[in-house]
Amino acid sequence: MNIIKPNNKGESIELNYALVEKFLIEFLQEEVTRVKGFKKIVLGLSGGVDSAVVAALGVKAFGAQNVIAIRMPHKMSSPSSLSDAVIVAEKLGIKLETIDITNMVEGYVQEIPGMTNRRKGNVMARARMIVGFDMAEGLGALHLGTGNKTERLFGYYTWHDIADTGPVSPLGDLLKTQVWGLAKHLELPEVVISKAPSADLEANQTDESDLGITYARADVIIHHYLKAYPDHYIESLGFSKDEIALVKRKINATHWKRALPIHAMVSSTAIHEFYLRPVDFRL
Amino acid sequence: MQPRVFQVGILQLKPSKGKRAQNLEHLKTAMQELLAAGEQPDVLVLPEGALTGYFLQGGVRELAVSREMLFEELEDIWREVWNAPLDMVIGFFERSDNDYYNSGLYAQFGGEHPGIKHVHRKVFLPTYGVFDEERYQSRGSDFEAFNTRFGTCAMVICEDAWHTITTTICALKGAEVIYIPSASPVRNLEGEEPSNVRYWHNLVSGIAAEHGVFAVLSSLPGFEGGKGLMGASALFHPRGHIVARAPILEEAVVLASINLDEIQPARYENPLLSDLRAGLPGMIASLEEAIR
Repeated sequence: MNIIKPNNKGESIELNYALVEKFLIEFLQEEVTRVKGFKKIVLGLSGGVDSAVVAALGVKAFGAQNVIAIRMPHKMSSPSSLSDAVIVAEKLGIKLETIDITNMVEGYVQEIPGMTNRRKGNVMARARMIVGFDMAEGLGALHLGTGNKTERLFGYYTWHDIADTGPVSPLGDLLKTQVWGLAKHLELPEVVISKAPSADLEANQTDESDLGITYARADVIIHHYLKAYPDHYIESLGFSKDEIALVKRKINATHWKRALPIHAMVSSTAIHEFYLRPVDFRL
Repeated sequence: MQPRVFQVGILQLKPSKGKRAQNLEHLKTAMQELLAAGEQPDVLVLPEGALTGYFLQGGVRELAVSREMLFEELEDIWREVWNAPLDMVIGFFERSDNDYYNSGLYAQFGGEHPGIKHVHRKVFLPTYGVFDEERYQSRGSDFEAFNTRFGTCAMVICEDAWHTITTTICALKGAEVIYIPSASPVRNLEGEEPSNVRYWHNLVSGIAAEHGVFAVLSSLPGFEGGKGLMGASALFHPRGHIVARAPILEEAVVLASINLDEIQPARYENPLLSDLRAGLPGMIASLEEAIR
């Protein structure tokens, strides 16, 4: 008797990365060029995997000559972030500029007594946002967002930082592990794929130690939670109650961060409440 | 004797959101390009929201037109470029008195008895997840078969087709060709093609094979605010296979022949529709019970 019993391992979060690549290139060409009229893009190249993937997609969508990467070190930035950005830029053949944000940040910080590391990290992140928008303006280019779905859902980023504010953002619906999968498919340098992800806003910081869970485990929980699988089902896939609770807590504490600012509604024509038009609507 | 063989051209054109005049111009250009290539299909088929884009939210009120106005706009283009009778199927947002509908028009331009042959108003308005149709449009109420120069036809729009009872009704009413204008945003990229492309093609293949009808899926391509519309328009044979299809996301024109004489052999081999007709009276009671 040939008995066939499928194992219940839940849904796979693996993607067909060749198809993802095709889709995202089309998306970038449509939204950057055909809708917004730009032929060049600017992005902050941190030395991490997210910005490296966006740079690689940008090269395929617009050509290497139309992708301008910017390193934005602060004096406390990890030297490896800077050198990894160079490796990525050389591999992709793109122009890499360096704008040191130390003076920007420290000029402000010295005016503020009692500045904490957390506040300073936010200032650094938002200083990079200013550079991103300004360089884009100066170059007649569009600044791209580089945030991924996991960090967006966890609220693990500085609100209105450079990754959050790009008007066009190709990775925002890809979980972190899917970004890694896409990075491998795009044959990006191993050093940016295998390194521990870090916001590099404080010394020796890593994402996974900040979050209290690995991306590999968090992403499977996120995937099933967002698709409405009940907790006991997710537990049956090998996750603890604590892990599931941690993921749900982070997601549900940060909905505000993924929304536009709140406006008091006083009419029956309130924008985004009653007056609803899609982002690409033009007459 | 009406022709038994005719050619359809599925125009998988990307609209610019909200730019009706520009999209009509784009349609005209596509028709001119077909003629320049020596192609002049008998029936042109366009997707849901072909002249406006699909995701309009409250913008429906600014872009919806009457069926008569749409007919006149298309007739102007036809008169300017085509120089032969033409049938056209097109999805549009319809304004009728004070109501709005997501509708599909079947019209004949030129030839004997030109005019609007049928308008189908979408019955199943998806209002979940990324979709929000019923907030802005009213439901249609019925599914009809109607006579054309090219056989007895019916139309269902997008989610209408996901409820197999709709095309069953069309087939029972005599449809030989079912037109399915649609707009489906791509999601779930784990397979060879996005999962909704696979689902759509399996679904329409099943519709065609179960009822022994030709089915024409005309599906919107392009991007709307980050959402990629799948394209992948296709003609399905009464035996269920795809005769010809378009790529995903991109603009394309699918040109293929429909020979209505291929329906009878398909139904002879798999007489499911006549089986259904025979068994239906006994099922009515079950259906009524299920509804209760």
